[in-house]
Formats: sequence, C-alpha cells, structure tokens
Amino acid sequence: MRFGVVVFPGSNCDRDCSHVVETVIKQPCEMIWHKDSPSLAKFDALIIPGGFSYGDYLRCGAIARFSPIMKSVIDFANGGGLIIGICNGFQILLEAELLPGAMLRNKNLHFICKYVELKVEETDTPFTNKYKMGQIIRVPIAHNEGNYFIEPEGLQKLKANRQIIFRYHGENPNGAMDDIAGICNERRNVLGMMPHPERSSEAILGSEDGLGVFESILSKLSGQ
Amino acid sequence: MITLMYQANIKVTLKKTVADPQGLTIKHALDSLGYKDIDSVRAGKFFIINLKSSDKAKAEQETKEMCEKLLVNPVIEEYSFEIKEIK
Repeated sequence: MRFGVVVFPGSNCDRDCSHVVETVIKQPCEMIWHKDSPSLAKFDALIIPGGFSYGDYLRCGAIARFSPIMKSVIDFANGGGLIIGICNGFQILLEAELLPGAMLRNKNLHFICKYVELKVEETDTPFTNKYKMGQIIRVPIAHNEGNYFIEPEGLQKLKANRQIIFRYHGENPNGAMDDIAGICNERRNVLGMMPHPERSSEAILGSEDGLGVFESILSKLSGQ
Repeated sequence: MITLMYQANIKVTLKKTVADPQGLTIKHALDSLGYKDIDSVRAGKFFIINLKSSDKAKAEQETKEMCEKLLVNPVIEEYSFEIKEIK
C-alpha cells in the first residue's frame, strides 16, 4: 500500500511519519512537496504531518490550506481516499473545511508537550479498527493550539454521526470542547487528531500505542 | 481609468460565543495592576492593507473577499473594517 506524506515549509513530523510507514509497517512511502501537483491517484493513503507550516502565521494551517497541493488533497478526500492529519495536519484539514470546527489557543496559553491518555471512542473507522472500543492509549501531544472548538449544533452533529474518534482521558490538557482529541468527517475517510501516533509507534520511544492507527489503515486498505 | 490608493483597517476578534483565554489573562494582569473597573478584555488582530482600486466600493468588495477567504476563520472569528482613501 502506497502512502504519501505532504510536506509544507515548516512541516517537521514528515520524516517521523515516513519512518513509521517504511520501517515499522514496512510499506512504500513518498514525500510530496506542497508546490508540486502530482496525480495523487497512485496513493492509497495520505498523511498531513505535524509541524509549523508557514510559521503558524495568521492562524495555524490557514496559509498551508491554500498551497497548490491542497486542491488535489481535497479532491482525494472527496473521492473517498484515506487522509490522516496529525497535529498541524489536523489544523490544516480544519482550515480546508475537510473537517468541521476550529482550533483555539490552549486554555492555559502554554505550548504543551507531554504524553497524554486517550480513549478510543470509535473503532469502525479506517484509522482505529485495530483498537478495542474504549481502549485507553498513551500518545504524546505537542501543540499550542489544540483547544478544539465547534458551535453546539456542530457538536451535536459530531456526536450523532459518531465522528468523535479520540477523547482525552482523565485530564483535558488544552481545554478542548467535550475533551475532543480527534474527529473524522461524516464519510469517515478523513481523520484529524492532535496527538502524535507517529511518535508512539515503537517501544524505544516509550509507547507503541499509536501504531494501531497505522496498522488500522493498512488493515483497511488490505481488506482484512 | 484613475487608480486611487486606499487603506483598509481590518479588525478581527473571536466571536462573542468563543472563550478568549488570552483576553482573560490580560484582564487578570490589568486587575493586578489596580484597574479594578474592567468588565472584560477581548484580544484580537489588526491588519492594515494598502490597495489600489478604481473606486471605494470596489476596494470594499475586495477587502470583504480577502477577509472571508483568508484573514478570518468564520468558525471562531468575526471582523469589521474601515476603508479610507490615502495619498
């Protein structure tokens, strides 16, 4: 299964993502520069990695959202392709309106970099089918704007459609509405999450709990 | 066609329904400096854009478009602007 990692100026988790794909789940992976507009048809899944695209200027993800590659990314999503946005990647997907809501600054106004516990709220997604319902996993966060916000009607819709995929468990680190750490779109082919599964996919890094996200994608794509 | 120079002063703030942790922290700081009568503080962004246009209405229309496309995220923010002709 061929993975593509979209790289913007300021992305800094792109290599971590491709490392997990190539070395841990052992699949081919290509980096896609944001100014290129290759056909994305050859990819089975896209990863929008974390980082500080365009220096987080204006709003996180607001400028990356207009990069040339994003038109193809939006087409890829609308065609049913699997896309996972991690951290800044999640913020870019929100700005691109591929996912609903927006990010505010963390409630305590600090950049927070630490391990948190997440509860897997839904397992019938291409990104979480390898987890158990309600499973608690340890995955690190590293962000300044992870305080998820959506209007009450939007929140109701997320709940009704079971689009809330990960919630912070125990402590809510950033003030995110309803403890939301990750959501998917209605069609369930686009996931955004603030925590970093690519930083927790090998025992040597302190946790392998994030690996399930990549294994789930692989499992979905291989039709297992 | 005569091209004139306009200046758009654009103010962007979080919507009233959105909590503003930065504004709240600033309010606490002002409180501790002895300004006890402050009811609330909202922080925001301010953009000054100089643009060429044939008339004011067109400059206003373009500014509105720029706000809606890029400068403002309507999920969490609201905006207002004033336009004046400059030399």
